Amino acid sequence: MALTPEDVLHIAKLARIALTEAEVERLADQLSGILDHFSALSAVDTRSVEPTAHPLPLFNVMRADEVASSLPRAEILKNAPEQEDGFFRVRAVLE
Amino acid sequence: MVAVATDFETVIGLEVHCQLVTKSKMFCGCSADYSGAEPNTHVCPVCLGMPGVLPVINEQAIAFIVKTGLALNCEISPFSKFDRKNYPYPDLMKGYQISQYDLPVCHDGWLDIEVDGATRRIGITRVHMEEDTARLLHRTDPVTGEGYSLLDVNRSGTPLMEIVSEPDMRTPAEAREYLVRLRQILRYIGVSEANMEDGNFRCDANISLRPRGITAFGSKVEVKNMNSFRAVHDALVFEQKRQAAILDAGGSIPQQTRGWVDERGETVSQRSKESAHDYRYFPEPDLPSLRFAPEYVAEQRALLPELPDARRRRFASLGLSEAEAATLTESRDRADYFEDVSRALALDPQRSAKLAANWVLGEVGRWSNTTGKELAAFPVTAEALAGLIRMVEDGKVTSAVGKEVFEEMVASGRAAQEIVESGGMGQISGSDELRDVVRKVIAANDKAVDDYRAGKEAAVKFLTGQAMRETRGRANPQVIQDLLKQELG
Repeated sequence: MALTPEDVLHIAKLARIALTEAEVERLADQLSGILDHFSALSAVDTRSVEPTAHPLPLFNVMRADEVASSLPRAEILKNAPEQEDGFFRVRAVLE
Repeated sequence: MVAVATDFETVIGLEVHCQLVTKSKMFCGCSADYSGAEPNTHVCPVCLGMPGVLPVINEQAIAFIVKTGLALNCEISPFSKFDRKNYPYPDLMKGYQISQYDLPVCHDGWLDIEVDGATRRIGITRVHMEEDTARLLHRTDPVTGEGYSLLDVNRSGTPLMEIVSEPDMRTPAEAREYLVRLRQILRYIGVSEANMEDGNFRCDANISLRPRGITAFGSKVEVKNMNSFRAVHDALVFEQKRQAAILDAGGSIPQQTRGWVDERGETVSQRSKESAHDYRYFPEPDLPSLRFAPEYVAEQRALLPELPDARRRRFASLGLSEAEAATLTESRDRADYFEDVSRALALDPQRSAKLAANWVLGEVGRWSNTTGKELAAFPVTAEALAGLIRMVEDGKVTSAVGKEVFEEMVASGRAAQEIVESGGMGQISGSDELRDVVRKVIAANDKAVDDYRAGKEAAVKFLTGQAMRETRGRANPQVIQDLLKQELG
């Protein structure tokens, strides 16, 4: 399957990665190769196989609704590059 | 030639996000009750999205969503799973939200609404479980004038249930009624406070128009940012007019997201289809799947209380009017209280129901309106109120005095019997005690007395009223009337 430069730019945007034109071309090639590699799986007849939602055969792993202690705020904010009045401070995000 | 406005049909579907009243968050043990808490004090490595941590499903939240699905006549999926919904935004600590994509816990239900006397069945597409996001506060730097945001993670990871309707509503009034009914059910079954103003019940609306008679849908607009039922209604009315004007002028409606601006009473474009998110859902690898056995579903069904519609019909079958039954069942607290009073009266069921309804809708309702408080805060127990009602019924006090006793019960918390005995409020039925009162009234009201003697029977009513006033409502009106007739010969 051949990925277009537009596909690559879209994926790069989702991953927040800036690419040069040369990189776009190279990655279009490489990513297409990866997809081709995986397309080998399409040869397997899975019509009688249930889709897998989770690799482990575990179900209903749940916890009781009980409150446990949270971390002290100083710990929570410890790695924050910026903070203000007990909040994380981040750049304005405009959609 | 004058262009004739097309007759459009409006198509509305609603998405409601609703916070559940669990004690802890959806996937960690942090307290979910963050109202009034200092920012970032209900946070742990799980809800902060630190690498290497593992979420664990809150079983109470799952029980709540199953109950919700059952109350909304949904199928409960025998198999369900969580998925990751990826999008970059600072209110998402992990860069994705744990949600459900193709296998929601509940699907294919319905909710009946009633508008202008007609009942309409609104389909429920699905009810799924997800986690709430962190809270963002937008600020402006006073020095640089630049905008920035403050982030409080307390809300992040609290259980959020999304209820998606079919596009079955045809008017803004139906949309509002759907929300009213949905909120009522969620509160009845005790899964959510469902308070729109507090943000634990949020609604997005999809609305499109099509020429009446056409079955294909027009392109839809999603409207957000509505903070009250009125805002939902007004935003939909605005969109109806806006879209009709564009279509009538030969234009087309671009598929987009619009935000309601309450102060201006209009919607504004927020996001076009082209810039829509690419969520890249995939199964959540950190959470094993869910299986719902029929026994479990039956267990949750058994925990459901009688739902508002059924209860309303039952109340109406006790001889109450439709309006009375509807008002009594508006909240579960009120319906419960009414039934408790009715039961405590222990008269024949219809009589008990009528008396209890009169007092609960009358005096208790008035108390609620004057104090602005919910019934849960009403200080008089159902047994105590029944005690008062019985005294009025037995003629121990007049109904006027009964209302005074009611006030006193609310104020002091004392029992009716005690108030009446100590406060001299008991009904006076003795002829000897009342004869003086009657004579006094006759002496003071020459005109009415003359009228009566001239054959005006109605004058007796006036004189009786005067005697009632003289005894501050304590006199037995029948005895007064008899005495008046005797005295006036």
